[in-house]
Amino acid sequence: MAENIIVYGLVSSGVYALLAVGFSLIFGVARIVNLAHTAFYMLAAYLIYSLASAAGLNLYLSIIISIIIVTIAGTLSYKFLIARVRQHEATTLIVTIAIAVIIQEALLKGFGGQPRGIPKLISGSMEIFGVTVLNQQLLTFGVVVFLLLATWFFLMKTKSGVAIRAIAQDREVANLMGINVPRMEMLTMAISVGLAAIAGALVAPLLLVTPGMWTHPLVMILAVVVLGGLGSLQGSLIGAIILGFAENMVVFLAPSGSFLKTSVALTIMLIVILIKPEGLFGIVFEEERG
Amino acid sequence: MSLPAAYLTKAFKLLRGEVFVLPSRTAVLLIGILLLIFPAFSQEPFILRVLILAAIFAIFAASWDLLSGFTGQINFGHALFFGVAAYTAALLNLNLGLAPWATIPIGAIAAVLAGLVVGIPCLRLRGTYLAFATLAFPLILLGVVYAIPSVSGGELGLQSIDPLSKSRVISYYIIIPSMIVLGFIMWKISDSKIGLLFHAIREDEVTARASGINTTRYKLLAFCLSGLFAGIAGGLYAHFLTQAGPSTLQLLLSFQVIIWVVFGGIATIYGPIAGVLILYPLTEYVLIRYLSVLSQAKMLIFAFIVLLVLLFMPQGLTTWLRDKTEKICPRCKLQNVAWRRKCRVCTAELD
Repeated sequence: MAENIIVYGLVSSGVYALLAVGFSLIFGVARIVNLAHTAFYMLAAYLIYSLASAAGLNLYLSIIISIIIVTIAGTLSYKFLIARVRQHEATTLIVTIAIAVIIQEALLKGFGGQPRGIPKLISGSMEIFGVTVLNQQLLTFGVVVFLLLATWFFLMKTKSGVAIRAIAQDREVANLMGINVPRMEMLTMAISVGLAAIAGALVAPLLLVTPGMWTHPLVMILAVVVLGGLGSLQGSLIGAIILGFAENMVVFLAPSGSFLKTSVALTIMLIVILIKPEGLFGIVFEEERG
Repeated sequence: MSLPAAYLTKAFKLLRGEVFVLPSRTAVLLIGILLLIFPAFSQEPFILRVLILAAIFAIFAASWDLLSGFTGQINFGHALFFGVAAYTAALLNLNLGLAPWATIPIGAIAAVLAGLVVGIPCLRLRGTYLAFATLAFPLILLGVVYAIPSVSGGELGLQSIDPLSKSRVISYYIIIPSMIVLGFIMWKISDSKIGLLFHAIREDEVTARASGINTTRYKLLAFCLSGLFAGIAGGLYAHFLTQAGPSTLQLLLSFQVIIWVVFGGIATIYGPIAGVLILYPLTEYVLIRYLSVLSQAKMLIFAFIVLLVLLFMPQGLTTWLRDKTEKICPRCKLQNVAWRRKCRVCTAELD
């Protein structure tokens, strides 16, 4: 029991962290609540399915192609749809929901509602301290840790990363310092969607792929980013660990747990933000102060 | 002059002075009359069903607008009020045998209480945090609904509760006038002093508080009022469809209501009603019947329509139309037709 909770908890936390970091990044930089974030994650999973299982391409190749396609699709949708309406906050929300619904319905029409399976990247399992772990789970966890470190390194150590953080702190001053704000926002969107696509590629073999698979992770990452504090990357990571483990503990320990897992995770989120309204590591944004 | 004649003259004067001066108000009056006499043209049950559901969702969308459009407390979990009222009405009807005229108001009161349950903790939150926190409430309740199928009916929901009326035309004449009356009440609230205070809270809460407005009280009032109207819509929905299922609490309904409001025009009350009355029959009836679109594709087309309209009219349909056809008098702030030179009341020059 306990070992299952740890294994599944680590995998779900990792995936939520990857999704939440991407979501948090674009929110922090461009103040866009991208509700289509997990729709891109689903799109990547379906592209891999169609390239690998239906078109018979090599699995590695199809994963790489899918990630690239989804990243391009996300960036284009940002440039041509979201960026055009972003000064109207509510309209931006609706446009992202509309993008998500379009992706969902297009997939439903293209592939039907039945669940699809994707072959595992690496098969087999391993014994670690007497616990059986699927190799795919290990791979998922390893890639998540690597990507989170890489994102952190990119944001902290590279010139573009510093520019992105500068925009998140103060857009106007960053603009005055000669940072190309629109281009950096495009870059952030590309990174954000790219992370979502990689998360999709990682979990697709562990889950069944259905056109409704985007809503649950969306709810969870919204809870994660609020729990951790909007715009804070370490907050997203810790929020993801808390909620990922909470969810799996409920599933394994409580009766009819799989129905209640979202309820419990969301209740934890509510309790935390009622005690600490800015989340665990919340950043108070300039225009929201006061 | 006799009393009825005096009232008639007054009503006519009111119509001429307040309604016919603006094309938008004339259009609202015409649409209202058209909806009321619609069964004289066609009594096809399916058309009436689509119009009734559109009217129920119009009340629901306007109630979201009253809370989120006016006070700016963006509520991502508005389905909570709808679902709580629908389930309360259904449970009371099935277990205690209460009739719809009793269960719908009790359901609405339950939704007001739900508004307090959401509103009180959320007073500490603002902006995006508030939006994401409110998202949690209906989903938590949905998990509970699934977990206790013996009470809630689980995934199937509560079936075979009493209908509003055996005849669909009578149901139509219960729900359409309710929509018109409730919509008018909400519009009046938004036009009153309370509505002005809601605007003030959205624009600048700190300044509103500094001006001596008890913003806490008015925010809670907004949650309760919104819950009340959404609850009436939820009760009507349950009794019209004779069932209350998990779909009344789902994420999609919470999102759908925001889509309708933003499409129609946020912070207007008439915008959301127009949005629902356009979008709902369009996707449920017109596309399928006249353009032979498959029903699986209707959501796809719905999303495309919303996307296209919002790209060209980012503030929503009715706001765009209003800005094209009406001007606000710089002196007395009354609305005038755009092609007038002088204000209809104070004769100030319109620019």
